[in-house]
Amino acid sequence: MRQQQIGIKAFIRTISHKQLFLPIFALCLVLLFNIIKTPAFFNISIQNGVLYGYIVDIINRASELIILSVGMTLVIASGGIDISVGAVSALAAAVCVRLLGSSYDFYATPLVLSILAACVAGLACGAFNGFLVAKMKIQAMVATLILFTAGRGIAQLISAREINGRMVPGQILYVRMDSFKNIGGFLPRVVVPTPVFIAIGVVLLAYLLLTRTALGLYIKSVGINSGAGRLVGINSVFITFLCYLICGLTASVAGVISASRIYSCDANNIGLYMELDAILAVAMGGNSLAGGKFSLAGSVIGAITIQALTTSLYAMGVTADQLPVYKAIVVVLIVAIQSSEFKRWLSIYKQKIQMRKAVAQ
Amino acid sequence: MNILGIAKRKISGTSFLLVITIVMFIIMYFAGVLIYHEQGFGKMQTLMNMLIDNAGLIIAAAGMTIVIITGGIDISIGSVIGLVCMMLADMMQNHGMNAWLSIGLVLLFGVFFGIVQGWLIAYLKLQPFIVTLAGMFFCRGLTAMISVNQIAITDNQTFLDMATKNIYLFFGATVNKRGIKLYPFIHPSVIIALVALIAVWYILRYTKFGRGVFAIGGSEQSALLMGLNVRRIKMRAYVLNGFLAALAGFVFCLNTTSGFVEQARGFEMEAIASTVIGGTLLTGGVGTAIGSFFGVMIKATIETYIRSNGTLSSWWNKIVLSALLCFFIVLQSIFASLKSRRRI
Repeated sequence: MRQQQIGIKAFIRTISHKQLFLPIFALCLVLLFNIIKTPAFFNISIQNGVLYGYIVDIINRASELIILSVGMTLVIASGGIDISVGAVSALAAAVCVRLLGSSYDFYATPLVLSILAACVAGLACGAFNGFLVAKMKIQAMVATLILFTAGRGIAQLISAREINGRMVPGQILYVRMDSFKNIGGFLPRVVVPTPVFIAIGVVLLAYLLLTRTALGLYIKSVGINSGAGRLVGINSVFITFLCYLICGLTASVAGVISASRIYSCDANNIGLYMELDAILAVAMGGNSLAGGKFSLAGSVIGAITIQALTTSLYAMGVTADQLPVYKAIVVVLIVAIQSSEFKRWLSIYKQKIQMRKAVAQ
Repeated sequence: MNILGIAKRKISGTSFLLVITIVMFIIMYFAGVLIYHEQGFGKMQTLMNMLIDNAGLIIAAAGMTIVIITGGIDISIGSVIGLVCMMLADMMQNHGMNAWLSIGLVLLFGVFFGIVQGWLIAYLKLQPFIVTLAGMFFCRGLTAMISVNQIAITDNQTFLDMATKNIYLFFGATVNKRGIKLYPFIHPSVIIALVALIAVWYILRYTKFGRGVFAIGGSEQSALLMGLNVRRIKMRAYVLNGFLAALAGFVFCLNTTSGFVEQARGFEMEAIASTVIGGTLLTGGVGTAIGSFFGVMIKATIETYIRSNGTLSSWWNKIVLSALLCFFIVLQSIFASLKSRRRI
């Protein structure tokens, strides 16, 4: 009996020390809460030829965040941070929609080309950030601050349309192209929303890139100590640059999906506060924000947790404006629990209790 | 020793960045006077309007300077300002509270918020960026909880008087068409802003706390070994910044006399940009409040350009500001690398 108890304790201890324990635990907590509140939570049905249900909705809505957090994970793992992703996705969406041709002026570039152009725009932004951080050795937050401020401005300049013979920037551009709708909606005769496929594709691609090549290892070594990495012969400048490049690309993919979802380009609101959600997803995934250690799976779970939290808060009648309050409390709690200072206090507290026990005996 | 050598030694490092900022402001201002003379760019009142419009930003940038010199950052101030405006509007308009009481309460809130953030950063050793990010979320959400609609302050006469009282200056008068002399004026908000700016400058330069701030920013490890109470100084820096953010919110509210959920969004980035343009190093340890003031004035000049031009969209403001930010950051990094090379 006693043996068994020790066994269970050890089991719990090993599980709770795994990196993915906290993220999965948080997700389970949110899901459990939802089941108690709405018993029909896990119901999935097919309506109008597409999958329908809470879970589908959460995963569908989370796909942009998942895609963004893949790029953000790499950047944070390399010891940096990218606060420009929201603005970059707005910029990419503006490029894509402008090229596609809105209802007002027809450029009518083929869909594939427009999406490629959006990706190129994202890559260019990533390259700009990467150049400043990796080559010029500027603090990541400051370097990405430039695009954070300018990105939305440029996006507004791109999303211009003709009014009374003059191009007026800062308009909401509407798309009139049915095939564009498929990206954020459903492919014909497919029951699963398309963004889910894209998210799975991006995660899979990133996973293969990180595990089949030595890139993952390099990023870790750069994040932990770029100087030591350089001494071993890793080109830390190039690795860091690559991280920002990938982050720019993922941001542009997320931007195109958001534009397709609303079937138009609103440079002011696409990707608004997305950078914060992406950072939060990475933090919730058990990744250290100081760089080094990282887990892609953790970030994905973190992103789904955030979306589940958002959806359930909406279901509780919290408005979109009030949502940040709860998110902020969750962020601070999670980051505080992960901090080394908190762990030190906890161990001191444990020692005190043990001492008290010993004295009592 | 020749004069050039002395000048070179005097204008090195940060003071060089400060000189660049001031020279840039003067060039931009006089270029504006030349280009937009007909729109009244050269009038004294235009300069005073630049001060009136940016009084809040001057205070916020001064507070940001302290935090950045310690090596930290605070991106919550835009939301704090939004929340302060909303609280003031709600207290005075919806609950009919006394103006002075509500201002006092709001400033107390700023101090309290600074204490919480400072404690998390200094004592729990969390990253300032993450903590203030959460603070930004929190305040923006709290603003929406008070009200999602715009509240305009229309009933509180004390507050409205404070907002619109003209304080006339005795110089730079212009004569209008009827031959009446018009003296330029400022609002009380400008006086509050300048007092706060000078106070921050004094604190950073002449007090024990100010020297501690610089020491921590230079090297936290060394400051600790030197026997400074790093935690307490850091905490105080964030508390002071919280207070100044609330004060900036009050001054901002004097300009807008209303509370609104989206108010002052992106304000923190403007404050950071002004601070950086003013020659404060984001790695910490170096900077002046006066530089931040000139950073704000450069931003104000760009805004006035865009307003005088009339055809440029307001988005150019953000783009030009970011381009300037980029230029100054790259300049700083070149300086830093030159300095480290010399040391080796």
